[in-house]
Amino acid sequence: MKTSQKIVCLALALLLSLSCFACGGKSAKVTLNVLNWGDYIDPTLLRQFEDETGIAIKYTTMTSNEEMLVKLASADNIYDVCFPSDYIIEKLIADDLLYPINQDNIPNLKNIDPRFLDLSFDPGNTYSVPYMWGTVGILYNKTMVSDPVDSWNILWDAKYTGEILMYDSMRDTIGITLKKLGYDINTRNEADIQAAQDALIAQKPLVRAYLTDDIKMELINGSAAMGVVYSGDAVYCIGENPDLAYVVPKEGSNVWFDNIIIPKTSTHTAEAEAFINFLCDAKVAAQNSDYIGYSTPNAAGLALMGSDYIDDPTYNPPQEVLDRCQIYHDLGDFVKVFSDAWTKIKAA
Amino acid sequence: MKRTDVKKQKSMTGMHIRRSLFAFPYIVWMAVFILSPMLLILYYAFTSEGGATLENIVQAANWDNMRVLLDSVRFALYTTVLCLLLGYPIAYLLSRMKKTTAALLSVFFIVPMWMNFLLRTYAWKVLLGAFTKILYTEAAVLLGMVYNFLPFMILPIYTTLIKLDKSYIEAAADLGANPATTFLRVVLPLSMSGIISGVTMVFIPSTTTFAISQLLGGGKTMLYGDLIYMKFITEQSWNAGSALSIILLVFVLLSMTFMKKAERKTSDEGGGRLW
Repeated sequence: MKTSQKIVCLALALLLSLSCFACGGKSAKVTLNVLNWGDYIDPTLLRQFEDETGIAIKYTTMTSNEEMLVKLASADNIYDVCFPSDYIIEKLIADDLLYPINQDNIPNLKNIDPRFLDLSFDPGNTYSVPYMWGTVGILYNKTMVSDPVDSWNILWDAKYTGEILMYDSMRDTIGITLKKLGYDINTRNEADIQAAQDALIAQKPLVRAYLTDDIKMELINGSAAMGVVYSGDAVYCIGENPDLAYVVPKEGSNVWFDNIIIPKTSTHTAEAEAFINFLCDAKVAAQNSDYIGYSTPNAAGLALMGSDYIDDPTYNPPQEVLDRCQIYHDLGDFVKVFSDAWTKIKAA
Repeated sequence: MKRTDVKKQKSMTGMHIRRSLFAFPYIVWMAVFILSPMLLILYYAFTSEGGATLENIVQAANWDNMRVLLDSVRFALYTTVLCLLLGYPIAYLLSRMKKTTAALLSVFFIVPMWMNFLLRTYAWKVLLGAFTKILYTEAAVLLGMVYNFLPFMILPIYTTLIKLDKSYIEAAADLGANPATTFLRVVLPLSMSGIISGVTMVFIPSTTTFAISQLLGGGKTMLYGDLIYMKFITEQSWNAGSALSIILLVFVLLSMTFMKKAERKTSDEGGGRLW
């Protein structure tokens, strides 16, 4: 008797939960699964898009390009829109994981500065639309650094022992060291990597810490004199502490592009294209860039942002700075040489 | 008579089956979330492009990777020794107190554990950055690890100590042992099982930790957990990552067997000496 009562109860509970699933599935509302970096969109824009189109957005964040790649490359990928960087897009295209975007559905593509279209990682922008871009450089505190800052070598200056912050990212840290030594940032030569490894091991006693997002806080509150940062973070930090200044060293650096892509597995490509078109709207792009501090490739949007941004060399670097910067390319199997060097640096 | 026996047996086996049914969800859980990932790791560790191979393990066991493992073990050893030196006296004092006072005081050790350890480690980061010069040094990492793992040392030792029959201590005193001898020859050997389970509970998780070292050490040391993460995510080499995981697993299993053996040995010896 008791057992049967229990079974009835269980069955009822099951039925209830199933009916809930059913009502969730019945609604015609499409949900876009969006995968992005943390703090990399103005959340009010997501609400605005939902209100304007009736398409719901489920928003997820990741902390690294490589984590995004793992998600997108997995067989059960659920995401419809994602914002990876150049060299990851190159790999995604090579692995045939992206949906070719129908540019007729993105009329706002006309707003994008032609400088940021048709780049080497995605010729003709078949698979990706520019979202944000920037450089890697040194952010330093003018009250704590008396020497002129124009070279990566200052990060190797023993005078600043314990006041130097490096980026805890294999690609960026080895990359800038390659530039300091005068090598190609995408080198496939083991001797170059060996030289960069030796230089970074020699530098290690001077380094206060290898951090990621925490670099911003440390530099804003003056715990360190200088650090390697992305230009967008530099814009934010200078806004918080005017003693800070940003430089892209003369040896050159990395220029990067985060573009919007649609994975091949997406079942809502039309809605995803509508979302991309929304983000390319001049007003939306300007509001978004103003919120997160990263540079917009949207020329019409930039025009709306005023001279504070347009004349700021950190936010909008002149062409001669870009000319000495390189885009990352996918390293293929050579990534193992990079990561072995990184292990040796970290274990030193 | 016989009939009732059969009936009895039947109803008993019936009950037996019903009871084991309750274990079923857990068995399914284990199969899905513990066993299948383990099998996948084994598969990736011992295959390469479909064929079986030992190459991944051989490559993973190179000197650079083993140095990272040794570094992780070194940190874990320091943490364990410090936790033991700090934790034993605390457990001993607690065990000598009135039950109610001890219960109240042990709340202070347990309540912080209700909070996520990452949050507590972030709090340490802020405190160390504001008031000391040791943030981003090995000392900060050790402090964070000892702080996080100390309760796991205190509690098992405390549990053994309160179970300890006080008459042994009285007997030792009656037979002329001074307090130091009583402690060294009676209390310490009798609490050895608590020490060993405390050491296990601190040593194993601190070998595999990585968040604390990253937050408080400023990424200047690479621990074994970071290395596995790097192989899987940055290098996208599931074979190399799985091979590293297998090496760690073997190391952990070996140290656990070693400690289990030590535990059995001390409990045998302690029992023998007592009688």
